[in-house]
Amino acid sequence: MSAPASNAGYDEWLDALAAGEGFALACPDGHGSLPPRRVCPECGSTALSEEPLAETGTVETYSVVHVAGPRFADDTPYVNAVADFGPVRLTGVLRGAEPDVDAVAVGDRVAVGVEERATDGEPLVVFRPADGEQAVSRPADGE
Amino acid sequence: MTDVRVAGVGLTHFGSHPERTGRDLFATAALRAFDDAGVPREDVEELNYGNFMGALAEHQGHQAPLMAEAAGVDCPSTRYEEACASAGVAVREAVRTVRSGEADVVVAGGMERMTNLPTDEVTEGLAIAADDLFEVRAGVTFPGAYALMANAYFDAYGGERRDLAHIAAKNHANAVPNEYAQYRREVSVEEALDAPPVAEPLHLYDACPITDGASALVIVSEEYATEHDVDAPVAVTGTGQGTDRMALGDREHLARTPAADDAADAAYADAGVGPDDVDVAEVHDCFTIAEVLALESLDLFEPGEGIGAARNGVTTADGALPVNLSGGLKAKGHPVGATGGSQIAELTRLLRGDHPNSDRVPDAEVGVAHNAGGTVASAVVHVLEVAQ
Ligand SMILES: [Zn+2]
Repeated sequence: MSAPASNAGYDEWLDALAAGEGFALACPDGHGSLPPRRVCPECGSTALSEEPLAETGTVETYSVVHVAGPRFADDTPYVNAVADFGPVRLTGVLRGAEPDVDAVAVGDRVAVGVEERATDGEPLVVFRPADGEQAVSRPADGE
Repeated sequence: MTDVRVAGVGLTHFGSHPERTGRDLFATAALRAFDDAGVPREDVEELNYGNFMGALAEHQGHQAPLMAEAAGVDCPSTRYEEACASAGVAVREAVRTVRSGEADVVVAGGMERMTNLPTDEVTEGLAIAADDLFEVRAGVTFPGAYALMANAYFDAYGGERRDLAHIAAKNHANAVPNEYAQYRREVSVEEALDAPPVAEPLHLYDACPITDGASALVIVSEEYATEHDVDAPVAVTGTGQGTDRMALGDREHLARTPAADDAADAAYADAGVGPDDVDVAEVHDCFTIAEVLALESLDLFEPGEGIGAARNGVTTADGALPVNLSGGLKAKGHPVGATGGSQIAELTRLLRGDHPNSDRVPDAEVGVAHNAGGTVASAVVHVLEVAQ
């Protein structure tokens, strides 16, 4: 598969995330957003600066994806998650936990980095259970 | 301001018609709408046409003039694209155009051709309604996005898969008598629970099918209907639209849909009615959880209360507030760019009394239609009323 077309702003953001220097954009009022961005979508401020992401994020929701498009065909099943990293939430694939709804929970702590998609080797935002955290074999609550 | 009437509605069968071209599907719906309306094609002053993925499915951009030609109308034509809400915005613009006095007769609707593509390409095609950089590249699929919302909802308010399965069973039961529906067969709650997972917590019967189909409405001014003796007993009395941040992760709340809140508030205010006045609703249940979010945005249920509505029998066909008597996107089918027009066509038939499920709501006077795009970054709500 050919290299993806370049997307200025996003590509640099992904490179920074891969280097462990992930950031979000923030306006003076502290609204977070992701690049490329010229205006704070919350308040309209154009004074945006780069703020480092929190060391670890908190899973706010997740799903276990069994059916995906061609670009993720060999990645299934995988856990897709939205995690809060301070100024912004990030969306990515959670690795290092079984792709099982009971192996992950809202509130789990995760680190973020960049790895490769199994299907085609393209870069992928990946969460992994934060050090010292147990993210497997959790008993199902309810039911 | 001119009052707006639905003079006629036209639908194709919703289902798997991989060999049928988009132009043939839309022409079929449009001709049925003219026939239903008794309005001559020469009187049409504008065509508003909704379509989402025609460039992928048929390698066909610039579809509006093609569809005008196919429908046999000679007037300005425009394509509207707002993902799954494409036809909803096409109808809304028709309502606004007629109200403004710019035109007396506008055709609005839409078409989607999907089953001619392999399933994985449709999955990829639908995903582009999400943010490509920060969602699609991060593994978000269309069902996956709603699965994220479902889990966020369960976490915030409670609920379980069985509640969602009751929504699937309800909408499948409603589709049985609907001649236009893709799946005219009942699905039990247990069958829905046992189906294979797509994006957990959503399983196969939580998801709408892949569908080909078209919808068309003839929208006229009240004056035109009176002058030309057109029987148009249903009025569009309210329209509203809302927009939210594109990516789910950027929303204020992962288990609510503020764009639909805004659309509903505007539509109710426009019509001068409130949620308590609503007798029947067609809502955007692309996934079972989406019906829950829609009912809460329409203020028909409080946040956290919509999840039990089908299981408790409130929104079933014999309940106090029947929802998706057409079968919904879930069982009637979801030809993406046609859906918003189809909802209004079904609601019009329900209110006129000529829908196979009209006997479930014999006294209904106020109906509401809720059409959403993507993960509800776009939403359109219309209020329909039986005109006195
Ligand atoms: Zn700001």
